Amino acid sequence: MRDEKPLIEVERKIQGGDFQSAGDVSSELKRILQQVGFPAAFTRRVVIAAYEAEMNVVIHAWRGVFKARIFPRWIHIEVDDEGPGIADLELAFQEGYSTAPPHIREMGFGAGYGLSNMKKCSDRLEIDTRVGEGTKVVMDFFLGL
Amino acid sequence: MTLREVKEILRAEVLAGEELLDQREPRSACGSDLLSDVLAFTKDNSLLLTGLTNPQVIRTAEMIDLIGVVFVRGKRPEPATVELAVIKKIPLLATRLPMYEACGRLYLQGLRGCSEIE
Repeated sequence: MRDEKPLIEVERKIQGGDFQSAGDVSSELKRILQQVGFPAAFTRRVVIAAYEAEMNVVIHAWRGVFKARIFPRWIHIEVDDEGPGIADLELAFQEGYSTAPPHIREMGFGAGYGLSNMKKCSDRLEIDTRVGEGTKVVMDFFLGL
Repeated sequence: MTLREVKEILRAEVLAGEELLDQREPRSACGSDLLSDVLAFTKDNSLLLTGLTNPQVIRTAEMIDLIGVVFVRGKRPEPATVELAVIKKIPLLATRLPMYEACGRLYLQGLRGCSEIE
């Protein structure tokens, strides 16, 4: 599987704090997945996880890079940011726990479901985080699991 | 129930997507001011009722294939929200009714919740 060549590779920058563009990358990913012809339910879970990861960068980090590798039967996504990192990962996975400030909550985010949504929607989720440096989120999605 | 009927039941104003109201029929609806909840629990082809008015509401609607958005308790969206909704072809309605009453009226007319459908 590692030597397989992707159909499409996408690499986009995400700017922390830029709420006007927030969601552009996931929106583009959705269009691509629809064009490739993935089933709607599969596309939906990939896009929800991608959007949560993208929003996490916009909300918490300074900047990030979003990479997606789209294969015929699976999708690999990496979102690598420069930012504050996550001090307590176990706590961050708890539904309802969030460190988002009030102005983010007023926008409807920061309810503490981001990471659990990503876990629920993906087939494999790995998070590598260093406080004061940044966070890398790696997700895989397999068609027909 | 079409979005045209939703508009009438809620005595709502149409802010975007007037031309789509007759052809769109929500399968279910949800009322929420938390977008992550909407992402986690809402089924496709649902209608969202919300007090949030920023453009991320439309982004969220786009990601999960919502059929339309109703702003409750007289809230008016930012111009950027309406612009994005027009581009993404997501009808927007605005009602003066508060959340509970808007949801209740639609439910009484047979529009089910997201946990009640397949």
